[in-house]
Amino acid sequence: MGKRIGLEVSLSAAEAVKMANVDCIAAYPITPQTHIVEHLSKLVNDGELDAEFIPVESEHSAMSVSAGASAVGARAFTCTSSQGLALMNEIVHIVASMRLPVVMILANRSMSGPISIWNDHTDVMSIRDCGWIQVFANSGQEVFDHVLFGYRVAESRDVMLPLIINIDGFILTHVIEPIEFWEKEQVEQYLPDFKPIHRLHPDKPVTMGAVGLPSIFSEAKVAQDEPLIQSKSTIISAWKELGDIVGRYYSPIETYRSDDAETLFITQGSYGETVSLAVDELRDDGISVGLIMDRLWRPFPFDEFRKATGRAKNLIVIDRAISYGGQGGPLAIDLRSVLYKEKNQPDIVNFICGLAGRDVNIQDFKNMYHKAMHKVKEHPREEDFEYYGVRGK
Amino acid sequence: MGKTKTDLTWQELEVGAAIITPGNAVEYKSGDWRSIRPVVDKNKCIKCGTCYIFCPDAAIYETAEGFFEADLYYCKGCGICAQECPTQAIEMVEEEE
Repeated sequence: MGKRIGLEVSLSAAEAVKMANVDCIAAYPITPQTHIVEHLSKLVNDGELDAEFIPVESEHSAMSVSAGASAVGARAFTCTSSQGLALMNEIVHIVASMRLPVVMILANRSMSGPISIWNDHTDVMSIRDCGWIQVFANSGQEVFDHVLFGYRVAESRDVMLPLIINIDGFILTHVIEPIEFWEKEQVEQYLPDFKPIHRLHPDKPVTMGAVGLPSIFSEAKVAQDEPLIQSKSTIISAWKELGDIVGRYYSPIETYRSDDAETLFITQGSYGETVSLAVDELRDDGISVGLIMDRLWRPFPFDEFRKATGRAKNLIVIDRAISYGGQGGPLAIDLRSVLYKEKNQPDIVNFICGLAGRDVNIQDFKNMYHKAMHKVKEHPREEDFEYYGVRGK
Repeated sequence: MGKTKTDLTWQELEVGAAIITPGNAVEYKSGDWRSIRPVVDKNKCIKCGTCYIFCPDAAIYETAEGFFEADLYYCKGCGICAQECPTQAIEMVEEEE
């Protein structure tokens, strides 16, 4: 068993990147991602990590460098937040289409404007459809484990896709948690060397990122989407093996007191733990309530959600992002789609909350439960959602 | 992607739609883009090769007699050769069905 030490989550994430023995780190500092790349630059400078640290002039270059590094067969890491993600957007899509297994930590922060440095999920939802594998971490330990898991999955021969680890800015990045490090042997056992299928090398020239005319473009897109859909089985087996090695077992969704629950909260990211405490208190009041935490965002775990929500009468979906002019938050929209053809569809109440780091505490989630129960009496329509706690609403 | 590749199924594409045959752009028929084509008046042509040098697609070749002609498999009909010809020996004429 690895040593367990108290460490800021950002620093432990950087230590995990070091354990993954990456070859190239290209990043531009942006709050709240900064501590991760600062610590990585220190590790490289101090000779603790033998990698190229490239302090690029923008996030567009950070992702471009990562693409180039991955294309020559190097293990590439980058990390950003919010506006930085927006600036690298163009290349984010290209990395997925070129099947380059870059791993990126996204320290989730609001998209401006108004200008905000604080946490919500509006940044990642702006690239929901970028073709990367996307997971949400619920704790510092999950961040650490998922860096190693990230490369393991991304570089699998049948996957070869980039992967984003979402971690809530400040709420996770800036807190100190007990983190259990892996032993070097455990990493070696779990994470083999990166063996690219195609790589840029003068001895065997290939063209990557060529033009795709209308006659081939659709085939190229299906050839990109299919491995993403199919990657779920690799993801699940990589989690299983991770559990067998370090004793922590992960799954696409995590359930808490949900088996017999009439009402289920559904969350992404670090809100899961807070909601679990609200569930305990509501249960103490004799209320039948449980929780599903979504860890895997893309590929979306359709079957797992159908199974886990099958017996519930009501779903309370907590979104941290907005689909302006749409049906509420992205998570609720997907869940409505998942359950559309189910016989006993639950009523879905969607709350958008915690934007730009506004605190949402246990009492707030209990309030949401009671508001939701009031709403379901009126049978909410698909477009019904509520901005929780907004003055004047 | 080459002319022989347009009937590929999605399963047959290389990972990341990579092209693993170097130089296969030569298979691509860019002549399909053309709406006008260059016609050389051999009475005016002085065999200087200016068109050969300026052609952005390297689609012009030298014939055994030393004249220069466009390979219509590649020629996109851009008209640069006609523009640059010092003796106005090249005329761009409409392609007909």
